[in-house]
Amino acid sequence: MERPLTQRIRPQADPMNLAEYEDTGGYEAARKAVQTMAPQDVQRLVTDSTLRGRGGAGFATGLKWSFVPMGLDAPRPKYLVANADEMEPGTFKDRLLLEGDPHQMVESMVVSAYAIQAEVGYIFLRSEYKRAARLLHKAIAEARSHGYLGRNLFGSDFSFDLHLHTSAGRYICGEETALLNSLEGKRAIPRSKPPYPQTAGLWGKPTVVQNVETLYNVPHIVRHGVEWYRGLGHGHEGGTKLYGVSGNVKRPGTWELPMGTTMRTILEEYAGGMCEGFSFRGLLPGGASTAFVTEEHLDLPMDFESLPRAGSRMGTGTMIVLDDRTCPVGFVRNLEHFFAQESCGWCTPCWEGLSWTERILEGLEEGRGRPEDLDLLTMHTRLIGPGRTFCALAPGAMDPLQSALKHFRADFERHIHERRCPWREQGATIGARR
Amino acid sequence: MLTDQEREEIEAELRRYPDKRAGCVEAMKVVQRHHGWVSDDSLKSLALLLGMTCEELEGVATFYNLIFRKPVGRHVILLCDSISCWIKGCDALRGHVTSRLGIAMGQTSADGRFTLLPIVCLGACDHAPVMMIDDDLHGDLTTEQIDHIVERYP
Ligand SMILES: Cc1cc2nc3c(=O)[nH]c(=O)nc-3n(C[C@H](O)[C@H](O)[C@H](O)COP(=O)(O)O)c2cc1C
Ligand code: SF4
Ligand code: FES
Repeated sequence: MERPLTQRIRPQADPMNLAEYEDTGGYEAARKAVQTMAPQDVQRLVTDSTLRGRGGAGFATGLKWSFVPMGLDAPRPKYLVANADEMEPGTFKDRLLLEGDPHQMVESMVVSAYAIQAEVGYIFLRSEYKRAARLLHKAIAEARSHGYLGRNLFGSDFSFDLHLHTSAGRYICGEETALLNSLEGKRAIPRSKPPYPQTAGLWGKPTVVQNVETLYNVPHIVRHGVEWYRGLGHGHEGGTKLYGVSGNVKRPGTWELPMGTTMRTILEEYAGGMCEGFSFRGLLPGGASTAFVTEEHLDLPMDFESLPRAGSRMGTGTMIVLDDRTCPVGFVRNLEHFFAQESCGWCTPCWEGLSWTERILEGLEEGRGRPEDLDLLTMHTRLIGPGRTFCALAPGAMDPLQSALKHFRADFERHIHERRCPWREQGATIGARR
Repeated sequence: MLTDQEREEIEAELRRYPDKRAGCVEAMKVVQRHHGWVSDDSLKSLALLLGMTCEELEGVATFYNLIFRKPVGRHVILLCDSISCWIKGCDALRGHVTSRLGIAMGQTSADGRFTLLPIVCLGACDHAPVMMIDDDLHGDLTTEQIDHIVERYP
């Protein structure tokens, strides 16, 4: 099985330096693109590969790039930003790539910047990824001193420089327009769209924001071609995907697998199934902002097209597993606490609604639940749904709640009837276990 | 007041951006590296250096969880309280740490050694429950391990 994105990652060892990276074919895609291809040809390859964004929304990458103004009269400078803010609860995939192969981040930026003719790049890294910051600084410095960043790359007239920006801890910075405000030194409130960043982004200039994992695909597509790339996937979505599993499974972790591997394979073969004494109840397929799927859906492929059939989304592709010894209401309460706390406060339905849902869930957990609470919760899932807020934080927050009310309704009702959390006394939600 | 050393480090950060204001987060982090937190005095000097008003800079500072506008202890403990760590028992760990250090979340111990703060998912959910102390990540925690780990931060 080919694992292009993680092929150079050596567990427990330092990542490859520039020489080692080059010995394994590193920077060949950058050289090939810059020396032998027109920017539009690189864009076309990415479009034909059907690569879709790995940051959660799954937007087609080639299509996104096609909105960037090209040619001599395009506004300058143009910017490329790697979204390395990774703060979606339950998501731990970009860290692996950044810490395991930082030179691939640099090369991915060079190739992608060439495709949209960006002169300046930023890697927007969350503050807590200290090791990644150290390794990226080193990789950038090495690349710059070898002439792989800076002026006239590979003897061409293409120039591109890359900078690392480390943030200071706030989930909303991952939203691409909030990220731009954050980079400009403002409070990280999302911007209203249009205009879209591709035409008016950083300091009003054309800007593409792309997830780390998305970018890591680009050099491989350029180097080995579309046919090879599409052949990596199981279904008609090509390539590989970083999948992860956390929760009470035997071997939590992250694996690069063919796009479209089924949830059951990931859960049972790679994560080793449930821990002894725990049974499966459901999972969020890709981070906190996705809807629960249950046992009956596990044979669906984990890809962008299949998950909607189960009423959910692939999101980031890192699953969070709910087991029978963990309270589903407490689970959702934990998530809504996160979303309420991280709301930027711009839209009333978001900041008021999310803290209200958190309070209702807290009441249920503490034995103060009333029968009308379930209707109130359902009402919120509608009021805070898509299209009512400036960004996707709020509707994303409603996905786990809405689906939990559907799949685990009886558990919500038990909290109300028994006036307590049925899981509390069993000690199921306390105590570290492995 | 900023020291020459701080000024130098801040200038180096600012070179990466087309305008000074964009470097304000990195600049505050430089100050924090030297003092642990951003005092009113530092904030004033920084605002002057960056061409921002104090209110503007304060607005940015308070937006972020990891810019500290109050003094913190010699070591900052960040306990993850997001979903995968919750499933793995972070509530019990929090109980253990708060009683062991004798402080509640958000507080600093009387000897100035530790400040204890909650943090959102640290992107290490396969090792839940997880915490950070200063720049170090610690995963697969149990109450016994926490006791040993904490001893390494005098
Ligand atoms: C609240 C919120 C947080 C987000 N956080 C991240 C993040 O940490 N990393 C990321 O790549 N995308 C994140 N996104 C998605 C970005 O807005 C954007 O869609 C993505 O970076 C685009 O890259 P892609 O097309 O390569 O996925 C977030 C979106 C929202 C609404
Ligand atoms: S939905 Fe929430 S987080 Fe997004 S812009 Fe509105 S208030 Fe801010
Ligand atoms: S939930 Fe704690 S590290 Fe992800």
